[in-house]
Amino acid sequence: MVDVPSDVLAGIPPAEVGEVDLYHPRSWWTRYVFSQDAKIIAVQYAMTAMAIGMVALVLSWLMRLQLGFPGTFSFIDPSQYLQFITMHGMIMVIYLLTALFLGGFGNYLIPLMVGARDMVFPYANMLSYWIYLLAVLVLVATFFVPGGPTGAGWTLYPPQAILSGSPGQEAGIIMMLVSLILFIIGFTMGGLNYVVTVLQGRTRGMTLMRLPLTVWGIFTATVMALLAFPALFVASVMMLFDRLLGTSFFMPTLVEMGQLGKYGGGSPLLFQHLFWFFGHPEVYIVALPAFGIVSDLISTHARKNIFGYRMMVWAIVGIGAMSFVVWAHHMYVSGMNPKFGFFFATTTLIIAIPTAIKVYNWILTLWRGDIHLTVPMLFALAFIITFVNGGLTGLFLGNVVVDVPLSDTMFVVAHFHMVMGVAPIMVVFGAIYHWYPKVTGRMLNETLGRFHFWVTFLGAYAIFFPMHYLGLLGVPRRYHDIGGTAFVPASAHDLNAFMSIAALIVGFAQLVFVFNMIRSLSKGEDAGGNPWNATTLEWQTPQTPPAHGNWGKELPVVYRWAYDYSVPGAARDFIPQNEPPASLTPKGAHP
Amino acid sequence: MTETVLTNIEKRRTTTVGWQGIVADWSSDQRAFKNVSWGKAMMWIFLLSDTFIFGCFLLSYMTARMSTAVPWPNPSEVFALTIAGQHIPLILIAIMTFVLISSSGTMAMAVNFGYRHDRRKTAILMLVTAAFGATFVGMQAFEWTKLIMEGVRPWENPWGAEQFGSCFFMITGFHGTHVTIGVIFLIIIARKVWRGDFETERRGFFTSRKGNYEIVEITGLYWHFVDLVWVFIFAFFYLW
Repeated sequence: MVDVPSDVLAGIPPAEVGEVDLYHPRSWWTRYVFSQDAKIIAVQYAMTAMAIGMVALVLSWLMRLQLGFPGTFSFIDPSQYLQFITMHGMIMVIYLLTALFLGGFGNYLIPLMVGARDMVFPYANMLSYWIYLLAVLVLVATFFVPGGPTGAGWTLYPPQAILSGSPGQEAGIIMMLVSLILFIIGFTMGGLNYVVTVLQGRTRGMTLMRLPLTVWGIFTATVMALLAFPALFVASVMMLFDRLLGTSFFMPTLVEMGQLGKYGGGSPLLFQHLFWFFGHPEVYIVALPAFGIVSDLISTHARKNIFGYRMMVWAIVGIGAMSFVVWAHHMYVSGMNPKFGFFFATTTLIIAIPTAIKVYNWILTLWRGDIHLTVPMLFALAFIITFVNGGLTGLFLGNVVVDVPLSDTMFVVAHFHMVMGVAPIMVVFGAIYHWYPKVTGRMLNETLGRFHFWVTFLGAYAIFFPMHYLGLLGVPRRYHDIGGTAFVPASAHDLNAFMSIAALIVGFAQLVFVFNMIRSLSKGEDAGGNPWNATTLEWQTPQTPPAHGNWGKELPVVYRWAYDYSVPGAARDFIPQNEPPASLTPKGAHP
Repeated sequence: MTETVLTNIEKRRTTTVGWQGIVADWSSDQRAFKNVSWGKAMMWIFLLSDTFIFGCFLLSYMTARMSTAVPWPNPSEVFALTIAGQHIPLILIAIMTFVLISSSGTMAMAVNFGYRHDRRKTAILMLVTAAFGATFVGMQAFEWTKLIMEGVRPWENPWGAEQFGSCFFMITGFHGTHVTIGVIFLIIIARKVWRGDFETERRGFFTSRKGNYEIVEITGLYWHFVDLVWVFIFAFFYLW
């Protein structure tokens, strides 16, 4: 039990807000389109992110078709294949996962979970979404410009990213960089909001150590994003100058198309350092909200308090801090001083410790819990499994000597898809099944949900588990067609075909999910205010879905931590955070 | 939404000071920084993020400068001016630095008068600060023009490593953009102070929120940050 003494609150009435000084929408446009309400902005973020995510899903189908049945689909040429890879990676990592976790779940859950009426700067919050949308539109537009989108790989490594011969060198790379710069500007506006709301906008009784882990995960990830995105911003600006003005920040002297190019003296490695100084924290920007959300899902659906809450918080903060000193483990084959390899391998392995603490704590939370195998719980369990799988292969790749032969093989692809593709997506699904009732007031269909879960979970394993084996065989990544090579047995091609069929099935299963979301809007079972009997504040709102301003006249007062499940002697198996202790019933508090 | 009123904080503040006070604040409810408003907290966190942007720019520049195989032009010579027959190295930069540092002084005075609700002095001092800032940007424009006339381009220059021009235009350009935004911001806030928006609790046009004189201090935070960044640019780019 977390333990800021509740006597601090004794006899203090809840914060009454005389005049609710919110921005009040005056028309349909300012209510639903240019809304300054974090909940609407959250839905806008989530819808946009999922829409662009569907594009990335289709791109992954096209890649899998080519890999599974090389030569069959003549409309996929090698250039297009590279463009599909690039856009798939970029969209999934930044425009889907980052935007959905921070812009979507962050906007919805932070004000509700900390007991605030809204984000602290609603106007900047609104701008954040519209700039994000602009970034997405610029990104989509690259599909329609001459030369198509960039095919430089999602890491955009120079020099090849801006040299002729790389697909999308004409306009695609420029628009990609502009889109990234826009995304970062938009994100900063939202990110400042999330951080200040958590630090300065909490309700009475809500101490930092009473925050649900969801808020801790999103908060830490946002702080990291505010410190990591600048590196990407700078790298994008510099590469844009290299491409547009002909500067040589990243471009060495080189021969292009048989002629000595205009560039000279730049350092491609500098870009890699800047990119991965952003890129590695980015992994945890996606993972930490997932960690936080999954902790809450497990605790709620296992009806047990989270095991080792304080340790969980410090593990999140520790992972966040550590992730800024591991970036060069992405660059073992880039030609660094070997001593750096030693340093970064060490830090990489150390970061496994807090991560392992989290996994053990999830398991111990489940241990002897009253586990309800609801759809959110199924997805949470699937997350633990896929995350452990991806984490263990991460230990392989974190060691220099093991990484060097595995670099640029399918093993790497399998690793990062398991750890930051499948695992966070499992949490996204679990979280949507968990909070959809609060957002819409209706439950998602359970049967469709279970179908969606099993196809997605088993299908994702069918795609990515064999990929480890292909990687160990030495099948390279990013190749349009590996052709006939002596070290790749014929059976590997059968495996590729199998994985491609699995990918198609998993992709189609997402349509079931989309159908479920649309259908449940009108036909879903009525959810009531708190269908999961959860303790956190967002389930205690006076209305469901929560009205503008979230709470009534009075803000809630928090008396306990977020995990009072199955407390011995309590009347119910959960005690909401705003329920006062029996000994203490302050005047005018909620009963 | 209005900021929630803290009612129970005074009691605790008197009992705990120093490190224990920090721990007490951070383990308390509602706010981690007790006397800090939302706007000020936001500006501090934004500046932390912006520090990383300038840090990355400067580190990239230093990497380029240290790793180039072609000699780096000598900044003392490049940025020298001949005034009245005297060849003085770095004179323009020295003046620019002096102007910008002075503007920090007038800004600090504006913050002081703002909290005293002295509208006239606050607005005048903010406009003086803005004028210093505009002078700085003007001198920077002069410097850019001079270098461009001498053949310095982002992709080449007559004296050595081509990264000299690219780093120079990028870093001073990015800093100059910050100063320009600061000047615009100062003028907008000075107008609000002059008009008495913060006395009449007039609501913002976009945000429909009431402001107060703290916005002068928040503007000041940004302005001092931009000055501080210039000190680093001055040291690393011109004096190295």
